[in-house]
Amino acid sequence: MILIAVISLGVIGAISAIFLYAASKKFEVYEDPRIGLVQEALPGANCGACGYPGCAGFAAACVNSNTMDGLFCPVGGADTMSKVSVILGKEADGSAEPMLAVVRCNGTCKARPKINRYDGARNCSIASALYAGETGCSYGCFGFGDCVTACAFDAIRINPETGLPEVNDENCTSCGLCVKACPRNIIEIRRKGPKSRRIYVSCVNMDKGGTARKACDNACIGCGKCAKECAFGAITLEYNLAYIDYTKCRLCRKCAPVCPTGAIHETNFPPRKEIKAPATNDTNKI
Amino acid sequence: MLKTFHIGGIHPPENKLSAGQKITQLNLPKQVIIPLAQHIGAPASVTVRKGDEVKVGTLLAKANGYVSANIHSSVSGKINKVDSAFDTSGYSHTAIYIDVEGDVWEDYIDRSDTLIKDKLMTPQQIIDKIADAGIVGLGGAAFPTHVKLYPPPECWATVLIINAAECEPYLTSDHALMMEKGEEIMSGINLLMSATRVGEALIGIENNKQDAIRHMQQLAKEYRGIKVVPLKTKYPQGGEKQLIEALIHRQVKSGELPISVGAVVQNVGTAFAVYEAVMKRKPLIERVVTVTGKDVARPSNFLVRIGTPISQLIEAAGGLPANTGKIVSGGPMMGRGLTGTEIPVVKGTSGVLLLPEKDAKRKPARDCIRCAKCIDVCPMGINPTALMTATEFSNWEAAEQNHITDCIECGSCAYICPANRPLTDYLRMGKRKVMGIIKSRKA
Repeated sequence: MILIAVISLGVIGAISAIFLYAASKKFEVYEDPRIGLVQEALPGANCGACGYPGCAGFAAACVNSNTMDGLFCPVGGADTMSKVSVILGKEADGSAEPMLAVVRCNGTCKARPKINRYDGARNCSIASALYAGETGCSYGCFGFGDCVTACAFDAIRINPETGLPEVNDENCTSCGLCVKACPRNIIEIRRKGPKSRRIYVSCVNMDKGGTARKACDNACIGCGKCAKECAFGAITLEYNLAYIDYTKCRLCRKCAPVCPTGAIHETNFPPRKEIKAPATNDTNKI
Repeated sequence: MLKTFHIGGIHPPENKLSAGQKITQLNLPKQVIIPLAQHIGAPASVTVRKGDEVKVGTLLAKANGYVSANIHSSVSGKINKVDSAFDTSGYSHTAIYIDVEGDVWEDYIDRSDTLIKDKLMTPQQIIDKIADAGIVGLGGAAFPTHVKLYPPPECWATVLIINAAECEPYLTSDHALMMEKGEEIMSGINLLMSATRVGEALIGIENNKQDAIRHMQQLAKEYRGIKVVPLKTKYPQGGEKQLIEALIHRQVKSGELPISVGAVVQNVGTAFAVYEAVMKRKPLIERVVTVTGKDVARPSNFLVRIGTPISQLIEAAGGLPANTGKIVSGGPMMGRGLTGTEIPVVKGTSGVLLLPEKDAKRKPARDCIRCAKCIDVCPMGINPTALMTATEFSNWEAAEQNHITDCIECGSCAYICPANRPLTDYLRMGKRKVMGIIKSRKA
């Protein structure tokens, strides 16, 4: 009896083996083994910051591209790209500067008083679909943390004191997930700058100066003083709002002291040597 | 058995506090703020400049594109400025500020009270006059009326449906209008019937307005083809698709327009505005607004010029009660909480509701207990709880497959939820997102 079972199962097994072998030959899909190698070298965050669907997509793009122009993993940075170039034997595009997410709102609880109460779902997109927000500023941060939820690297947190998100320079990979998550387009990817030194306008309010100021003490009122001060033409004034172009900015710091509302932020600079009279107020805020 | 729609629905406390109140003309304000985007579609483009003298009925802004509407001055005076103003959502949009001086009307407007019934006009003439007067749907959505009257190619209207359900709790503006301006409304319906070339008009009125039903039935006897249909009191009876189902027993397919089942739906207030526009050449410069609330001294129905700040309406109704927690523009179910009282009345403002603190506050949301009450009450037959989960986790494919775009944002699901989950909030957001995705896919 046992013999019958062994023989019949053996025959079934043999037939299946032949069938599977034939199928695997017939339907074989060739994958470049380098794709796997490149993927191992990548951070594996699948954040999509490179513009491809996940790390596997980026690895395939690297292998298939001839020159690797425009292919850059912002998460891994130049180190990762050099590893990839070693694997593939191609010149990697390592020229890209380190970038960083910057939160352009300084409407702290103190500076931006609440004029109504929102008790709907604690979600920025929902609040934004419904109305302008709890404060008089219809451009500023809601503070419900859609960006925090979106971040895959724990690089952005809401500061409970100010109610605003803060970016951790170390963790931020400039993948841009928070930029997409923010319904107000407050977060911008900007140049990290030498020694993390950056200057930017921390406001996106496009209302007229009076309205903006009434809603928030730290708002940019579009007075244009900074634009006049800038020797490099890096500051443009549009829709009652100043914007510093980081590609032109030389970090001379002349714009920040002239801002009457302290909307221009400078980070990681050494303290100023000579403090001018109008600058005293601003440095307190910064 | 009274007619009604068959899927879902709720019956919140009616609270029609201002029912039976006569329509009173509100005093002219010192300044009006007339926004350029009072309707669905493109904002109108300004035709006046700062310092211009205007009369009541002067064209201020011209319709900009196909889906848009003209805007006329509701007062006489001088243009103070063209600047941004906050609208009901709290966002600022361009508006015209006019300082009021006297009350001088344009000569072309017939201000007499005489009722005009018959005036032979072609459908095109009627529609042109409606478009000139800047009439929009007065039920709340403010969709330009003339656009609705042109059927898309290969579609025929067979029936005109007049929405007088007024299913939102608290609101009574349509009720008051029917009681006082019934004959004008009938004449307006007649005009809409000839504009859409239909022989039948059905007026749907919920049976909590017995006096209005009797009054309108009496008046309808004189007109051929107009019929008043009492409806069961059930929210959202006044939803376009719900009303069509209740009255002609046909369901509008997902993603289709009411015209696909041969129906054109207009609000009863719109019918009155159409009468005034066509017969009296009076543009849409004023409307009936209910000001109400449990602690309001005098809940009233006011005839208000467009652009009057809401603060003035509240004052006329006896002032802001001390315990007010929320000021809502519209009804309690679909209205919007206002961020201030200096927001102007626009064409779509049907009511101002002052909710006391204890009613206004939401209870904290708890976990879903899978009771499926939201599915039971959803008038569109979709699954709010599953859609909320899909939206919460940005699963847009699932949201689209489960017809999130069918949501009419009526708020029934959030109203019934025993766990106080903000279902409508999530669905509204998800619907916008999915619509954006569909749009970008087409482009």
